[in-house]
Amino acid sequence: MNTKWCRIMGIAAALLVMMLAATFAQAVNVPSTIILDSLSRLYEEVKFDHEMHIDLTDDCADCHHHTTGTGTTNRECAQCHSDSEGTSAVACGACHLEQPFSAQSIMEKEQNSDLYHIDKPGLKAVFHLNCLKCHEEAGGPAGCQDCHERTETGHAFYDSGRYAPAGKKQGSDH
Amino acid sequence: MKGISRRKFLAATVLGSAATVLTSTDKALGLNNFEGYPEGMGVLVDLTRCVGCRSCEAACNKEQGLPAPDLPFDDPSVFDETFHHGSQKRRTDENAYTVVNRYDPDDGGQPVYRKIQCNHCNEPACLTSCFVNAYTKTREGAVIYDSTVCVGCRTCMVACPFRIPAYSYSSALHPQIRKCIFCYDTRLRYGDPPACVETCPQEVLTFGHRRNLIKIAHERIRRHPAKYIDYVYGEEEVGGTGWMYLSSVPFEQVGFDTTLQKEPILNNAREFLATVPMVLAIWPALFMGFHILSAQKHRDGDDNDPGRDQEGDEK
Repeated sequence: MNTKWCRIMGIAAALLVMMLAATFAQAVNVPSTIILDSLSRLYEEVKFDHEMHIDLTDDCADCHHHTTGTGTTNRECAQCHSDSEGTSAVACGACHLEQPFSAQSIMEKEQNSDLYHIDKPGLKAVFHLNCLKCHEEAGGPAGCQDCHERTETGHAFYDSGRYAPAGKKQGSDH
Repeated sequence: MKGISRRKFLAATVLGSAATVLTSTDKALGLNNFEGYPEGMGVLVDLTRCVGCRSCEAACNKEQGLPAPDLPFDDPSVFDETFHHGSQKRRTDENAYTVVNRYDPDDGGQPVYRKIQCNHCNEPACLTSCFVNAYTKTREGAVIYDSTVCVGCRTCMVACPFRIPAYSYSSALHPQIRKCIFCYDTRLRYGDPPACVETCPQEVLTFGHRRNLIKIAHERIRRHPAKYIDYVYGEEEVGGTGWMYLSSVPFEQVGFDTTLQKEPILNNAREFLATVPMVLAIWPALFMGFHILSAQKHRDGDDNDPGRDQEGDEK
């Protein structure tokens, strides 16, 4: 009896540990803040408040497609991913390339003749296309520098700030 | 003896030159179906994505080492600039190889932004019009030019259906034609995308093999039939262009010339040009023949039937 009781307790404890581990793992994998710094040459890094955006949306799939295992309702995607399981990597950068048009990326795309997703936007594009669309609809910040301040190099690039032209010159007029 | 052999010689000349001309005409007509280099690169411009940030203008300015602009590149007031009493929006010039313009569509919807630059035609009219051969269409798809041989005739400016090549009128001593070269020298020749494509935050500009971009463009239209006009501008215009466009509003409302022919501009002159060698080869021979015949007739009147002697000689 005692031994049996011990065994039940043991199994229960093991289950509890497994559940805790699973919860903990999930908590670790869902970062509350994400630093976006791929444009750090021209712009200061962006501290993306992931937690706040999770609260604002109903469904992880709004941004993460089918990768979090919640399935997808998009008619086009559902042909293959209606009941797809969660993927091991869900970060945007895991699929969307930082340099989508580099000679290397173009060559790899060219060699993979079975590739279905031939029109997959790059990382910078998915941030802007996805963020800006929602921000404009929901009244979030939508100006370039509302999200990321320009660096000194950035100002030089745009001829803005202290690099702004002194006065209007005579341009050539067709 | 002289008369007959001359006649034979003349006949042979006329036949020979006619044959040459006909062969070369066939060859010229065979070129009508040139659809660009198979490995040619291009850019698909999706107007529905552009927010008018003008980052592409800034990137082009820095990449090509162009002079500082009149206004900062983040100044939206340039969209209100017009020329020729309001009929002309900003155009490319010697200091700007690309510009973005804003259009307010007829339905009163959101403004649409359109980037212009050289469209890098499959069969460029600038190239075919240039009599010093300053232009080259590279196998990577760029239309580049050698400014050292340019004599400044500006025929290419007239020939270009998109009015892109600009002239450096500001230079008194060494004026040159200037235009977008697809960043050929610094990027394209190494397989890298042009600076504007790389900097665009919205991926308005998709860089790739032209043949793949056509697939991508039609796929976007198929997936979002309500969003896009069912047309890829540049797929067929003037024989096809390397840069192609998708839009949510009719193309003529955002400054595109929708009256352009589908055939290359060169085709308009091809038939005429094919007759030039014919005239050059046949006319001299023909009229020389007339002249000799009439001169011989004149001489035949004087001589005592030299034709018979000569026939005997030939046998």
